[in-house]
Amino acid sequence: MDGIHDLGGMQGFGEISMESEEPTFHEPWQATAFALMFASQVVVRSHNVDEYRHSIERMNPAHYLQADYYERVLTGTASLLVEKGHLSAEDLSARAGGAFPLSRPVAPSPMADLSPQLEPRFSVGDRVRVLTISPAGHVRAPKFCRGCVGTVLHRAPKFGFPDVAAHGGTRRKEHTYHVEFASQDLWPGEGSSKDSVVVDLWDSYLEAVNR
Amino acid sequence: MKKQEMASIEQRTQAVRDALLEQGLVTASDLDTFAHMPEDWKPENGAAVVARAWTDPDFCRRLLADATAACAELGYKGPQGEYIVALEDTPAQHNVIVCTQCSCTAWPVLGLPPDWYKSPEYRARVVREPRRVLKEMGLNLSPDIGVRVWETSAETRYMVIPLRPAGTEGFSEEALAALVSREALIGVAMASEPA
Repeated sequence: MDGIHDLGGMQGFGEISMESEEPTFHEPWQATAFALMFASQVVVRSHNVDEYRHSIERMNPAHYLQADYYERVLTGTASLLVEKGHLSAEDLSARAGGAFPLSRPVAPSPMADLSPQLEPRFSVGDRVRVLTISPAGHVRAPKFCRGCVGTVLHRAPKFGFPDVAAHGGTRRKEHTYHVEFASQDLWPGEGSSKDSVVVDLWDSYLEAVNR
Repeated sequence: MKKQEMASIEQRTQAVRDALLEQGLVTASDLDTFAHMPEDWKPENGAAVVARAWTDPDFCRRLLADATAACAELGYKGPQGEYIVALEDTPAQHNVIVCTQCSCTAWPVLGLPPDWYKSPEYRARVVREPRRVLKEMGLNLSPDIGVRVWETSAETRYMVIPLRPAGTEGFSEEALAALVSREALIGVAMASEPA
């Protein structure tokens, strides 16, 4: 989805604040939220990692931007536990003693119609273009590279295709490629001609570019 | 009707925990195990990998060819470390890592990511204006050096092998590892100069 999570290249954000000697968790609840996230996937087996990532993408955008990282972790996890019928929203709210905001529902037609690519179509050095898809569900081709042409630097092993795994489609595995885009092709007129962005993209997201 | 006020994040976290425990879907011991699991994942692990690569050319070759296996040689593997790729800085090319859509990181060698890495500011900006972001973070790169920003959009998990600082000839692996911070492993800092 073209959601708030797809932040790459968005303008208007300010300076990055760094903390020296930052601990893994600042507050005990953050460690609990991390444990609940992990346990929901590997012990309860309520949902998979792709559904989990998408549950965070479905948060109210204003809440997403204001929430601490582990608040997003908890909100996505709780939303899926409710959607899958393990917990009830009313019960969570009653236990918490106040409103418990959950993520918005999955879109009715969440997947782009992409042909499965079970055999690798591209090799190192190939020029490829990212398809200009904008499905309403989970997709891991960032907006900033869609429609752009880059060069394959590396072919990685096969990994589960996230769009279908997040939405109960027929599971499949495809190779991913490290595709290098010149920064000035992504944002013409900006930056340095020496700079580039390398995006890790599943085969289905790409098409060949004839030289 | 007045909108109900949001419960605190502590209360909401406790609510999910209590509900799962009461239903018997998880045990307190599961949650305790998972809450402590990140203690084994730390940037010191990645720093040890870099120090070994700086001192052992054969290991460095193995690391560049198959970082997952090379990190496992030192005992570093696990969730979010299933396919690690090491990026070697050169005098002409600097590497920096981001996950713009969430906050994916190579947990076994970098640890859980710091807040700045997970911030909307870093995720939005570093792909588009890396030199300005790096400069703000204290790393001023010469215009002659190319910057490659690696977006963790699929299952590859990256680590940077920074340049070995001058004046460290003959240093032990332990002394070298102490020069490599989490920020250097992500690429927003260089390895420290020896004191």
